[in-house]
Amino acid sequence: MREEILLGAVAYDPKVVTIWTGFRAWLRDQGLPFDYVLYAHYERQAEDLAAGRIDAAWHSPLAWLRTRRLASAAGVETRPLVMRDTDRDLTSVIVVRSDSAVHTPADLKGRTIAVGAVDSPQSTLIPLRHLAALGLTPGTDFEVLRHDTGVGLHGDHIGGERDAARALMAGAADAACMIDTNHLLFGQEGTLPPGGTRLLARTDPFDHCVLAAGPSLDADRAGRLTELLLSMSYEDPVVRRLLDLEGLTQWLPGRETGFGQLTEAVDMTGFYDGDGRVTADGYLP
Amino acid sequence: MTTVGPPAPGTTRLDLGTLGFEQGAHLLLARALRGTPRGAAVEVAGTDPALLPHLTAWCRHEGHEVRAAGTGSRDAGRGADTGGAPVVAYVRPGALADARLSGAARAGGPEPERMAERAPLHWGLAARGALVEAGGPDVPFAVVDRDVAWTDLAPRLYRQATAGQWDPYTAVDWDEPFTLPDEIEAAVVQVMTYLVENEQAALVVPGRLLVQVHPHFREVLQLLAVQAADEARHVEVFTRRALLTGGGMGTSSAGGRASLATLLTEPDFSIASFLLSVLGEGSFLNLLSFLERHAPDPVTRRISHLVRQDEARHVAFGVGHLEHRAGVDPRLHGRLRAAVERRHDALIGTAGLNRDVFDSLVLLAAGSWAPEDIRRGWQAVARLQTDMDDGRRHRLSRLGFPDDEAAELSALHTRNFM
Repeated sequence: MREEILLGAVAYDPKVVTIWTGFRAWLRDQGLPFDYVLYAHYERQAEDLAAGRIDAAWHSPLAWLRTRRLASAAGVETRPLVMRDTDRDLTSVIVVRSDSAVHTPADLKGRTIAVGAVDSPQSTLIPLRHLAALGLTPGTDFEVLRHDTGVGLHGDHIGGERDAARALMAGAADAACMIDTNHLLFGQEGTLPPGGTRLLARTDPFDHCVLAAGPSLDADRAGRLTELLLSMSYEDPVVRRLLDLEGLTQWLPGRETGFGQLTEAVDMTGFYDGDGRVTADGYLP
Repeated sequence: MTTVGPPAPGTTRLDLGTLGFEQGAHLLLARALRGTPRGAAVEVAGTDPALLPHLTAWCRHEGHEVRAAGTGSRDAGRGADTGGAPVVAYVRPGALADARLSGAARAGGPEPERMAERAPLHWGLAARGALVEAGGPDVPFAVVDRDVAWTDLAPRLYRQATAGQWDPYTAVDWDEPFTLPDEIEAAVVQVMTYLVENEQAALVVPGRLLVQVHPHFREVLQLLAVQAADEARHVEVFTRRALLTGGGMGTSSAGGRASLATLLTEPDFSIASFLLSVLGEGSFLNLLSFLERHAPDPVTRRISHLVRQDEARHVAFGVGHLEHRAGVDPRLHGRLRAAVERRHDALIGTAGLNRDVFDSLVLLAAGSWAPEDIRRGWQAVARLQTDMDDGRRHRLSRLGFPDDEAAELSALHTRNFM
């Protein structure tokens, strides 16, 4: 067993280095032997966590579901340790141009809907599952216009979502899907003119990222890591800088109640099979 | 979204009308939350169709708790009864609302009297008197102790300096006609060439000092900035006068440049200020008076007059600062003395003042090549050097040097004047 806790994180942005180098220094200052490695995409990180090559991972919700399935197939245990306060109860929205003739989801029949990358939970998988639950089958009842920026980053790269919003305003699509936060951001930054879009539908709340423990992390060390992360205070200026970069004000205990919609979306699209193998068509991280 | 229960007594209402979060609604909500006691909530009403998801997203990021107003419950239609917008959500301020300013401290007070004696590096570029959030990078300013750069004269000198700024293009009548004999004009050009070289040193040195000083002592930075701007104008007018009659520039001697180079390498604020302003620019006050008196043309006379006013302010700052520092640092005199001796030793093998400059000064004071005039010019330059020595000794005495030591140090000053 490694003495150090080795955590994996995906390098979706240069700030990831600043964040985890800062967390590493802080955790080591608290007496916890801790190190991290960076991954280019979530699939390898999910596989390595389930295989015990890393002890913990800062996971996207999709990576967490895959790790769960891989671990279950291998007969090993994984568990969520913590998540950000900002990872709980998110929603995605499906918007149309405010002058659109589309007034209900049913009006989307025969239309084109812009989404983010193939592997984005918030701008592709969950909203398409939401429409399916309303009786609209993607690819059959409407055309899906995908924006595959940062494939393998599970939607962490905002580019696909922004391109979907642009496609809507350019008239290339009749509706676009994005997380609530980004709908607000795009309005503030001008990608979407304020008041230029109308909400057509909003998903039920779902949870997002998870810091997950793999089979190689024993309960004692997992407990110590969890305890330290939960103790990080926004009032501490050293920690605050890192929390601001990572987009949270406090860590909360991890929970598994917010992944139902994504699980259904994964099964509906056959993104992963029951054993966690990648089965999505055309998905090449 | 967190369930926070029914609105507590004391719930305040915020009616956003049609304003959405894409266009600044968060300012109003943040303001309402600031005035809301712990446990109480703000009832948010509005008609923007995206209000609830946007409000929820913003509150999630800020750590505030949101409860959506339920449809079909007693919330529904609230507000509409009274003609206002419908209630969309209830928001309770999060526990961490003020956490960002935990550990924040005032960077002294805005007035000079309330400045800190020592400015911490993490205050960085913060305004004096600002409430400074803890954390943030250290900005490595070399001068963080007030006494290393300060004088109580600084605020007043800065006011004088800004009021005394003149425009090099209009403050001098460049078109005023005059004609000089070629050799007199050449002497003026040579002196101007020398002055440009010296003023460029006097421009670079305050620029270098400025970047060392912690901005908490802002009046010092402001004064140094204006001092540098003064020197920039001096370079301009001396150059313009040199070229006024269509000729080229004069000569630059190795010894003169060696003398000035020693000013550029002095790292200590007080010593650099001493060598440049007290001794160098102090000597230049006499030189500029000399030029104003003996100028053969109105343009040279005018610019010598204007430049001297600025230089007097620079000298006042240098003397004021060193008086201040000498009052708190008993070792200062020894260090100043060592600096003069070190510079003298460094320059001992150099020629000092450019010979061409010396000869030009004599000719300007003489006004012609007649032997009697040259004798008078020579005597005037000798008197100039005596006056410079007297001025330096006087200023050294003001700084607390005994008369004999002041005389000794003045004699060691560079022969290049600056």
